[in-house]
Amino acid sequence: MKQEMTFRDRHIGLSDDERAFMLKTLGLNSMDELATQVVPDNIRKQTRMSLPDALSEVDALAELKSIASKNQVVRTLIGQGYYHTLTPAVIQRNVLENPAWYTAYTPYQPEISQGRLEALFNYQTMVVELTGMAVANASLLDEATAAAEAMTLCERSSKSKSNRFYVASNLYRQTRAVIETRAKPLGFELVEFDAHNPPAFDNAFGLIVQYTGNDGAVVDIQPLIQNAKDKGILTVVTADILSLTVLESPGHLGADICLGSTQRFGVPMGNGGPHAAFFAVTDKLKRNIPGRLVGRSIDSEGRDAYRLTLQTREQHIRREKATSNICTAQVLLANIAGFYACYHGPSGLTAQAQRVHFLASRFHQGIKEKGQMVNDTFFDTVSVQVSDADAMVAKALENGFNIFKTNATTVSVSFDEASNEAELKVLANIFSIKLGHGAVALPNQLIRKTDFMTQEAFNTHHSETEMMRYLRKLADRDLALDRAMIPLGSCTMKLNAASEMAPITWPEFANIHPFAPDNQRLGYAEMIHNLNDWLAEITDYAGISLQPNSGAQGEYAGLLAIQGYHESRGEAHRTICLVPSSAHGTNPASAQMVGLDVVVIGCDQDGNIDLYDLKAKVEQHGTNVSCLMITYPSTHGVFETAVQEVCDIVHSVGGQIYLDGANLNAQVGLTSPGIIGSDVSHLNLHKTFCIPHGGGGPGVGPIGVAEHLKPFMPGHPEFSTQSPVGPVSAAPFGSAMILPISWMYIRMMGPDGLKDATESAILSANYIAKRLASHYPILYTDAKGFVAHECILDTRAVKESAGVTVDDIAKRLIDYGFHAPTMSWPVAGTLMIEPTESEPLAELDRFCDAMISIRQEISAIESEKGSADDSVLRHAPYTVEAVTTAHWPHAFSRQEAAFPVDSLKKDRYWPPVGRIDNVYGDRNLVCSCPPLSEYTDTPTEAA
Amino acid sequence: MTVKYTREHEWIRIEGDMATVGITFYAQEQLGDVVFVELPEADTSADQGAEVAVVESVKAASDIYAPVTGTIIESNEELSDRPELVNEDPENDGWFFKMQLSDPSELDDLLDEADYQAFIQEEL
Repeated sequence: MKQEMTFRDRHIGLSDDERAFMLKTLGLNSMDELATQVVPDNIRKQTRMSLPDALSEVDALAELKSIASKNQVVRTLIGQGYYHTLTPAVIQRNVLENPAWYTAYTPYQPEISQGRLEALFNYQTMVVELTGMAVANASLLDEATAAAEAMTLCERSSKSKSNRFYVASNLYRQTRAVIETRAKPLGFELVEFDAHNPPAFDNAFGLIVQYTGNDGAVVDIQPLIQNAKDKGILTVVTADILSLTVLESPGHLGADICLGSTQRFGVPMGNGGPHAAFFAVTDKLKRNIPGRLVGRSIDSEGRDAYRLTLQTREQHIRREKATSNICTAQVLLANIAGFYACYHGPSGLTAQAQRVHFLASRFHQGIKEKGQMVNDTFFDTVSVQVSDADAMVAKALENGFNIFKTNATTVSVSFDEASNEAELKVLANIFSIKLGHGAVALPNQLIRKTDFMTQEAFNTHHSETEMMRYLRKLADRDLALDRAMIPLGSCTMKLNAASEMAPITWPEFANIHPFAPDNQRLGYAEMIHNLNDWLAEITDYAGISLQPNSGAQGEYAGLLAIQGYHESRGEAHRTICLVPSSAHGTNPASAQMVGLDVVVIGCDQDGNIDLYDLKAKVEQHGTNVSCLMITYPSTHGVFETAVQEVCDIVHSVGGQIYLDGANLNAQVGLTSPGIIGSDVSHLNLHKTFCIPHGGGGPGVGPIGVAEHLKPFMPGHPEFSTQSPVGPVSAAPFGSAMILPISWMYIRMMGPDGLKDATESAILSANYIAKRLASHYPILYTDAKGFVAHECILDTRAVKESAGVTVDDIAKRLIDYGFHAPTMSWPVAGTLMIEPTESEPLAELDRFCDAMISIRQEISAIESEKGSADDSVLRHAPYTVEAVTTAHWPHAFSRQEAAFPVDSLKKDRYWPPVGRIDNVYGDRNLVCSCPPLSEYTDTPTEAA
Repeated sequence: MTVKYTREHEWIRIEGDMATVGITFYAQEQLGDVVFVELPEADTSADQGAEVAVVESVKAASDIYAPVTGTIIESNEELSDRPELVNEDPENDGWFFKMQLSDPSELDDLLDEADYQAFIQEEL
């Protein structure tokens, strides 16, 4: 009888026959032999991982459904930065549930990313319009981390030498707590103030205030901003995105930075995330804005084209001088919010805000009538004085509502998009009030008078047909995993299976407020408990924290844990962070955030950590060594054999090992950070554990720690247990809504399937290295000639021989239908390829054939002594318009440009733009669409 | 008038106690197309080696250090609108800032042209 296919067979792209063929190509007999050859003996995992056996897709979904059903979906009016929202079905189906959007990578290759870049440009424009600021970035991780980023931006940009930062008492609790975590290692002094009775600010680099405070009251920010400006203090305003349709924009009122969450624009609460935080600044601060920024440039034929701009400020170039370790955005969620704004338009959003405010106002009048003290001004949130807050919360729950307990005698109710008359009547009964007639209760001087979102993008796609087609049109411009392999080294672009994705939009996961009572979140607790256990087993760590909502956040949390541990032992003087020169740029950037001094360790000619240099530096810094940050397998794509010795050297002086988990996909089931001897790691669930890249976020970067570091994992004001280290993210479990993806992956693969996946990923990388080695040198291999799960092609020689740059090769790959491998990292002028286990042999071969064909195109330049300037490579990629132009200016033919291999005649991805001019884009910074009024001439009188 | 060089690839043209500072031809070549220059404000004092400016190209952002101790007198405002001047004419119109020297003896430690040329040959 034939075996039926399991999920493992669906996830791993290679059949048994294909694996046998590939092993033979490498001169090996079995997968076991491959693992034995590649993974050093002394760190081999000797036992089978103790994980539940694999379940089929159907059974795993059923098991997760039964866990999810332990969550209680209660109509929640808690607010505090999280609101129920009605995700338009057209956006849910065509974006959130569409692999064209969720499997795309960060748009570093702009020619194949014009769709999502346009979507992000819309998002940035929306933020600029609503906040009234000059420049907005493409989103940050959450409101609280955005606030912490704003604080450090103020410190860098302010002329003041002071270390004081004023914090209004009306911030959300989680925002305040994350700011505190961030301020501590940097030595900032936080001074709290009452937003309604601000002091005479003095001697500070900045201040932060919430426009509509945690109590619901609207703050008159204008005099406050003026007061700060007079003292040279920068002002950060956190704002509710919906309220900005009816409240005057902070930019108009003089704020220097404005930020908040776009969650309520169509992104479910999801127990706290992922959500896109918006972040916008004045023109003066634009070059110091953290995160990614989409700008408009032109392509080789003069068309408008989008690209990421000001990238040199990023951590991968500035390293320990980076201004932040942020290296991602929440692209998928930002795009949902941006599309939500396109779909509803300025008038739809304003109508929603007015309705929410009107409902709140009727409630407010009723409360006031009854004489219970409340906030006089409000947008959507009304605070109520009660004799017993617990009793009132319980009474509301009996009637089907979660409301917020502010303190023992105050509760608050936040109205949202889903609120209506019927609900209002129930609330009136709960509070025993008679509803008022409603009125505008915004302070007169703060009512919005400036226009917003007049651009075409926000005033066109209001019918579902138009919206559906717009989303399709944009998606068609991009190359994501739903079309081709994305062989990006260090990014692990593996399958994001449909059955892994399905649960995230179940109401039991989607419609849960992060501060809902624990007993309504039992399903989440169970799933998180499972995932913690499994990740601990996979990594051989003692504890896991799922709170960090990106890899870089994980690094930061891990380093905080290390410093917390040193401090607890009276060794706060340990401030030296050793980082190999091959490390990812976020490592030194994170170290700088925790107040550590980076000392660089060199690499030997094989790309391994230079042991002599390590020993010398460890000896030099002795007991001042805090930690060593390493990546394993190394960023050079090799299993270093001396890694345990490296760990021992650092441990010998009491230093800790931070093992960057970026390359965990080469370890699962074969070795582990715990076996290697590491103390703490972050794991990228968006790499190894199948959370999709979403076009540049969300990511999830949990940390695993050894026993002695467990007490120093991130805490949270919502946790009952206290940690000496505060929260690093707004929500206690970070991006909880997408954790079911990793849960499903592990549950369906089981211990053997996961190990198979690791071996298959290593096999595929070695197969590619073998096929391409005679065409391009493989830069680093181990002593036996093997690579790990990725390999670096050295393309520097063809620069010398033919004048062809790594950029030319990357752009030419687009004509073959591929996303380029990682370019110029970790070694300038090279390409790093990571195929993952999910690609079938046919796709691996198609990629190798493309690379070989490109090598032949390069050879043609070499042999004909031609110039790269008029080669088929230099003008790549080709648009339809380019190859059909009447006047063809090149020596090579149109056919050579368009169809270098025959298979392309049937399936050809056509980029919408030619090669994009980076210099033009960086010199002429345009990061949002100007309002319509700037396009139209003064109207002439009708004739 | 003397011209001196630093190992950070800056040139310093000295006239009396005034120095004009920019980056060398070699430096701009290494950076590629310059897209932005952040300049110091006038009347600020700077110690030798302090970061006073930033030059950004498409592929790198680099700090510019004060080659000697002194006071910044003037910055080249032209660079805000035309950063490409750094590529086109790095050692004349592409100057960054002017300083008044406080300790001329610091100049003795800087490289002369021949030393600088030898230094970049080593780097290559």
